[in-house]
Amino acid sequence: MPSLGADMAAGTLVEWLKKPGDAVRRGDTIAVVETQKGAIEIETFEDGILDRPLVEVGAKVPVGTPLAFIRTPGGPPAAPAPAAPAVAAPPPQPVPVAPVPAAPAAPVPPPPGEAIRISPAARRMAAERGVALADLKGSGPGGAVISTDVERAAGARPEAAPAKRHGLDLAEMRKAIAAAMARSKREIPHYYLSHAIEMTAALDWLRAANAARQPPERLLLAVLLLKAVALALEQFPEFNGFYTDGAFHPSEGIHIGTAIAIRGGGLVAPAIRDTDEKTLDQLMTALRDLVARTRAGRLRSSELFEPTITVSSLGERGVESLYGVIYPPQVAIIGFGTPAPRPWAVDGRPEVRSVMNATLSGDHRASDGHRGALLLLEIERLLQHPEAL
Amino acid sequence: MTRDEIRRAVIEGLSNIAPETDPAAIAGHADVRDALDIDSMDFLNFVIRLHEQLRVDIPEADYPKLLTIDGATGYVAGKLGL
Repeated sequence: MPSLGADMAAGTLVEWLKKPGDAVRRGDTIAVVETQKGAIEIETFEDGILDRPLVEVGAKVPVGTPLAFIRTPGGPPAAPAPAAPAVAAPPPQPVPVAPVPAAPAAPVPPPPGEAIRISPAARRMAAERGVALADLKGSGPGGAVISTDVERAAGARPEAAPAKRHGLDLAEMRKAIAAAMARSKREIPHYYLSHAIEMTAALDWLRAANAARQPPERLLLAVLLLKAVALALEQFPEFNGFYTDGAFHPSEGIHIGTAIAIRGGGLVAPAIRDTDEKTLDQLMTALRDLVARTRAGRLRSSELFEPTITVSSLGERGVESLYGVIYPPQVAIIGFGTPAPRPWAVDGRPEVRSVMNATLSGDHRASDGHRGALLLLEIERLLQHPEAL
Repeated sequence: MTRDEIRRAVIEGLSNIAPETDPAAIAGHADVRDALDIDSMDFLNFVIRLHEQLRVDIPEADYPKLLTIDGATGYVAGKLGL
């Protein structure tokens, strides 16, 4: 069971996507685990043959528990020894998030004030199939209702039309955010910087680019910001990586976590892998896909443990500035406020220009304000030449 | 296509991008971004849907005309010559 964030203590296996004897390749999704961030598709870190699962569907197991044995090519046949390669537990190196969180993991409390204990997947399935929660008998741990209970109850009746429901348990997600942010504020000595960036060039370029494109090909400002941050980070490695085991470990790749808000309250910041190497069009495609899957509660495990830094943008309807709280074990978060017309000095005279505030929250264990300021200036410089992004 | 059909398509489009909300319940003149908590990615997806479903050209400069259900209905009707 991989750690899918600083806040995760345990996960519930809800589905096997591969069966014993199936060939698996590194990066394949082999199982679905239910977490506070929705149903997450677990990717394997090994090439080989799935020998057998070690965790049954419906079981909730702590982070670090082996989920399955994988026979590797040329390797010895899997023995039921704990040393056998475990599926999906990230290898200790170079993936910086160890399978077991460095901080003592908080126990996952049961949902408060609920008469029926039910897993989010089961709740979702019950809503989709039109099964009343009161009709359900739980067979999971502690009498909790799990997906198979819903299936059993739903099997007795004709399938109802799927109701449009949120695939996420927002109360559970709030607990995950609370745990991660409390740990951040406890452990990370934050410093904060802010810089106003003139956005006329970027917004004009975006307007002209989109005027020549049909809606499906249009870009959002968010992708320009992501690319500018990614390119700037190439020169500022001390903001891109993880603080683990008492030291900062820079990441070779730049995988920016993009904060995605969920209607009704909630937030997840999954990674866009190699953000700096993607074109604006590729970033737009990736972001669109990520937003859709985040809101549907269907992300992949790598997207959750891979982010090397977070970017959070308020978008069109927001305020001037956003001061982020660093998501451990990351060491920085960059916030973008809503661009708005402001007085701006141009050649010694005031003019009205579109201005956007950029902020950096940095971890003093990994960097100082001086370098942080230079990072924000580099982002500003890159945004003045949007055609080069 | 009638005006009513366009209106239904607009509401369905909003419902599609914000499935947790009930766009049919909001006022025709309300800003859908505020009423349904729609961000720029949602709004772009809404425009893409109208563009593909109703086969109308929607330049980005016209987005402000699509911010309400009444506005979007009138805009599409105008484009279709209704």
